Amino acid sequence: MEELGKRAMAGDVRAASRLIRNMEDNMPGTEAAIKHIFPFTGKAHVIGITGSPGAGKSTLTDEMIASYRNKDKTVGVMAVDPTSPFTGGALLGDRIRMQRHAEDTGVFVRSMATRGAMGGLSKAVGDGIHVLDVMGKDVIIVETVGVGQQEVEIINHAHTIIVVLVPGMGDEVQALKAGLMEIADIFVINKADREGAARLHKETLSMLQMGKFENGWIPPIVSVESVSEPISFAQSVGVLTDKIDEHYQYLIKSNILATRSHRKATAEIYESLRAAILAPILDDLAANGELELMVQKIMKRELDPYSLAELVAEKYLISHDCLKV
Amino acid sequence: MSDRKIRILIAKPGLDGHDRGAKVLARCFRDAGFEVIYTGCHQTPEQVASAAIQEDVDVVGLSCLSGAHMYLYPQVVKLLKEQGADDITVIGGGIIPDKDLQPLYDAGLKALFTPGATLESLVDWINENIHPRT
Repeated sequence: MEELGKRAMAGDVRAASRLIRNMEDNMPGTEAAIKHIFPFTGKAHVIGITGSPGAGKSTLTDEMIASYRNKDKTVGVMAVDPTSPFTGGALLGDRIRMQRHAEDTGVFVRSMATRGAMGGLSKAVGDGIHVLDVMGKDVIIVETVGVGQQEVEIINHAHTIIVVLVPGMGDEVQALKAGLMEIADIFVINKADREGAARLHKETLSMLQMGKFENGWIPPIVSVESVSEPISFAQSVGVLTDKIDEHYQYLIKSNILATRSHRKATAEIYESLRAAILAPILDDLAANGELELMVQKIMKRELDPYSLAELVAEKYLISHDCLKV
Repeated sequence: MSDRKIRILIAKPGLDGHDRGAKVLARCFRDAGFEVIYTGCHQTPEQVASAAIQEDVDVVGLSCLSGAHMYLYPQVVKLLKEQGADDITVIGGGIIPDKDLQPLYDAGLKALFTPGATLESLVDWINENIHPRT
């Protein structure tokens, strides 16, 4: 598995895509590859793109790839679509919009299914970013699933967050709500040739004016009009990537990049502890049938979930002082 | 605990825009628990092969209704092989005359499904024949 890591670092596309798949599938030994590549990560600028379903995230991503290629930058993309909660299957369709870059060796696009992860991303996204990073991609674009108001997990992975809005999705109170609207470093008003775009712009601006931006960066609003006008579309996306680069420079100068890296590192520790401690316990309980017995007990109200958690902790983790059970 | 899922690319090489069949299949495979990547119409064999490799799929399912299957399908097989990815299984469907079937098998297609094939038969074929690589 370490071998795959080495080959991915040498730019081998097959090895990189296999490694990402092994991460998604929790294949035994994958940690060895991550351990191997981790010291070489942290070089790429990671950009998150999020917004509601159908807001135009994939189409924007496609044009952003073109824009960055014009600036001679290599690009890695991870595009997430939902897994069915019923069958475990998924239809990953973001790539449709990006196929014109399929033969460009400076571009690597990978579709991912959420696999039950909450927050708009897939569990393997963090490790996938590491793989694209060591492949030497200058820019990594992570496209979330179409999100609602609260799926903001992307803030733990990206340096610059783009929130894509489209006209006709609600009144100005929506713009004041917590969650999605708070995480943007840059707003895109997409499909800005549609009715209601001017109002959305005004409402977003007014929301921003009420905010405090102690760090000095006030999220700009970039309007992008119809994709059916390729020249003006490409120009507005050019404005967007300029703003993104400006934001990255700002992060570096103001040392906020360190804060974001801190947040990312913290999230990675949570994730790895979950994988190393919680996952084996759950696997063990499932394998010996205890998990099902527990479910029965909870359903019959013979036990509550908290007492049950204490029993599990006693069985597996009792020797440690930090667990007050 | 490992959770290997079958990944399949549904691709429409060539110039026809009749994608209902491809979409029905994409939906059917999703419901069978596979991860399906759909790349839309008007793909070149080069784009299909490149997407298959970047997505690390087990299977590429080709759909073409324009009559160009004799060029396009073997070309995808060839390109995958050239890029060291001949462990990816290529299957195809569409309006394929009987006389074309054997030459396509000879060119490396592992299964061909023509009008009348049921969705169940496709899912069964994949479950029986595709064993995700470890």
